[in-house]
Amino acid sequence: MISARNLVKRFGLKSVLRGLDFEVAEGEFVGLLGPNGAGKTTFLRILASLARPSLGRVEVAGFSLPEQAAQVRRRLGVLSHQPLLYPDLTGEENLTFFGRLYNVQNLPERIRNVLALVGLEGRGRDLVRTYSRGMQQRLAIGRAVIHDPDILLLDEPYTGLDQDASAMLDDVLRKVTAEGRTVVMTSHDLVRAQDLCSRFDVLTRGRILASASRQDVPPDGLQAFYRRSVSSLEPGRAGAHDG
Amino acid sequence: MNAKPKALMALDVASWALLAVSVYLVLVYAPMEAVMGNVQRVFYYHVAAGWVGMIGFLFAVFAGIMYLARGDRKWDVMGLAGVEVGLIFSLINIVTGSIWARPIWNTWWTWDPRLVTATIMELVYVAYLMLRQGIDDPDRRARFGAIYAIVGFLSVPLSFFSIRIWRTIHPVVIGSGDAGAQGGFDMTAGMQVAFFFCLFTFTVIAVDLLWHRVRLGFLADKVEQLKLKFSS
Amino acid sequence: MTVKSAAKRPAPPVSFLSSMWAVVWKDLAAELRSRELISAMLVFSLLVVLIFNFSLELNARERQEVTAGVLWVTFVFAGTLGLNRSMAIEKDGNCLDGLLLAPVDRAAIYFGKVIGNLIFMLLVILIVLPIYSILYNTNLFVPGLLVTILLGAIGYVVSGTLLAAMSVQTRTRDILLPILHLPVVLPVVISAVRASTYFLQGQPMDLIWGSLNLLIGYNVIFTAAAYMLFDYVVQE
Ligand SMILES: Nc1ncnc2c1ncn2[C@@H]1O[C@H](COP(=O)(O)OP(=O)(O)O)[C@@H](O)[C@H]1O
Ligand SMILES: [Mg+2]
Repeated sequence: MISARNLVKRFGLKSVLRGLDFEVAEGEFVGLLGPNGAGKTTFLRILASLARPSLGRVEVAGFSLPEQAAQVRRRLGVLSHQPLLYPDLTGEENLTFFGRLYNVQNLPERIRNVLALVGLEGRGRDLVRTYSRGMQQRLAIGRAVIHDPDILLLDEPYTGLDQDASAMLDDVLRKVTAEGRTVVMTSHDLVRAQDLCSRFDVLTRGRILASASRQDVPPDGLQAFYRRSVSSLEPGRAGAHDG
Repeated sequence: MNAKPKALMALDVASWALLAVSVYLVLVYAPMEAVMGNVQRVFYYHVAAGWVGMIGFLFAVFAGIMYLARGDRKWDVMGLAGVEVGLIFSLINIVTGSIWARPIWNTWWTWDPRLVTATIMELVYVAYLMLRQGIDDPDRRARFGAIYAIVGFLSVPLSFFSIRIWRTIHPVVIGSGDAGAQGGFDMTAGMQVAFFFCLFTFTVIAVDLLWHRVRLGFLADKVEQLKLKFSS
Repeated sequence: MTVKSAAKRPAPPVSFLSSMWAVVWKDLAAELRSRELISAMLVFSLLVVLIFNFSLELNARERQEVTAGVLWVTFVFAGTLGLNRSMAIEKDGNCLDGLLLAPVDRAAIYFGKVIGNLIFMLLVILIVLPIYSILYNTNLFVPGLLVTILLGAIGYVVSGTLLAAMSVQTRTRDILLPILHLPVVLPVVISAVRASTYFLQGQPMDLIWGSLNLLIGYNVIFTAAAYMLFDYVVQE
């Protein structure tokens, strides 16, 4: 579903991604881990067609970026740390607006379903500005799936949420992803990642230098795997590959 | 790249030599204009500076288009060089014009279309520099710089024509003279020599400065690259 | 409650016009709620008109001469407030990213914003004109003047929306917009003031056509330029 080959992204002269290779099959739920500033957001923005790669090939859902961006965008839902919602519109109006941009058929019905899915049935008519952070994030998920995308990109969806809100988000994410969607999620929260993901990739220094499937990592072992992957990048051992 | 190229060195020497000769031509060789007197001599540098300023801005527009088409940073460096050179020479153009206008039009400043347009163009590209100042991300800085260089340049002729709706008193020396213009004159052969020589001299100087500025930009990039290499 | 619908094919792409109107609808709906943009522009405009009254000591005869100038200066400065706000709404919380994620033509987003901004600006103008008329006992309902105002507002918004989309993405965003926009929009202001003054004085059309043509030319050139350049403003 997603493939990146030798992906390079520079900001000015600074290289953030340096020849990254990445492959995701249909139905996988990949957790993209890595220290702050590793380039996770940058990478997701490229997959989301918001940024252009400096070098390399990227394909999403069988279409190459940036040339076929419109095709990719129709099949892609994105959730970032910011909700990407208009605070002066109600929840329903926000979904209506984005639904129109995606040309969603049967929009009113779809909006009812999505609001129910993210647990905001009674609050659709309220201004988003009056929502709590957790509710905003749930509505943001609704926005991301309004057009029923095949692929979901989630960038730190748990940032700024308290325990309850996180648990609810967990729940919603499980529902949304249970239907065979392909998901890439970045997260600092290793416990949640371990629960949700079917594969873990560690992005450091602009490349993915370690990857493990769920079976390879013992329960509660993600922390150890992550530590090992990040520290294997000390000078001299930088060649360590695919754990 | 690091050593100063031979051709650039030659151009430096040529610029100085041409400038020296042009001073002689303008101050000594060219005959004194009968009506205006010696102050008319500023005209040679005035027009040459205006011409070169225009070249600088046009170059920036060209570089802007190339940057948007190709996305190569070198065009950004060139665009900025064009704007900086353009700004300097346009300023010389405006100041020398003012010096000339004082005795001839009896005022330092008048709201003549060309004068105002030159000033607006100067302001457009000062705004260009301020825009760049406000952006940290180098790619965005380059992209927005390119866009603004183009948009700003599009507005300049429109400004000129919209001001033209008022009557102009600026002399048109080359081509048909405007009946209402004050301070127009016919160039004698000696004046023409000085005039075209100044145009040529300033063009060479501008190319020389552009080259230096572009080279400086590339070197700055290189320093930046080395810094990044060391810090990572 | 199935969330994943049966059909696997994504919805057909939305047309240029519907996506453009969706953006316009969104801006109008949000503004209808908050009314912060229009009220700010309106109050600002009235204040400017008042300040002009005292700073210019407008007597009946001079007023005739400067009315167009006062009006246009008011519109230009109030317009800057509106443009800044309208783009800040997109940039705050990165809503612009949400727009760009959708499979719509970038130009549709641009023209949607232009139409929204134009509606806000014309609304403010429609309120300010009669108030000015009453305050200064001047008849402003001259058809030619209204046409000039429409043409001028279009030119102002067309270039302003493009530049505002750039200025909100800078560190110095609030102060930068007028600095970027005023030198570029000068032809509009000059021609509009000229044409407006002539219309108010009842001058013959052949004096006025030059300015009107220039306004039309500006609008055509800058619409085309913005259409081509807006992609680069939002792409990364
Ligand atoms: N627009 C930009 N301009 C310059 N540098 C950037 C830009 N965006 C990100 N970066 C840099 O790229 C690096 C990776 O950032 P990011 O992708 O946000 O990391 P992560 O999401 O993994 O924490 C950081 O060092 C950041 O400073
Ligand atoms: Mg991040």
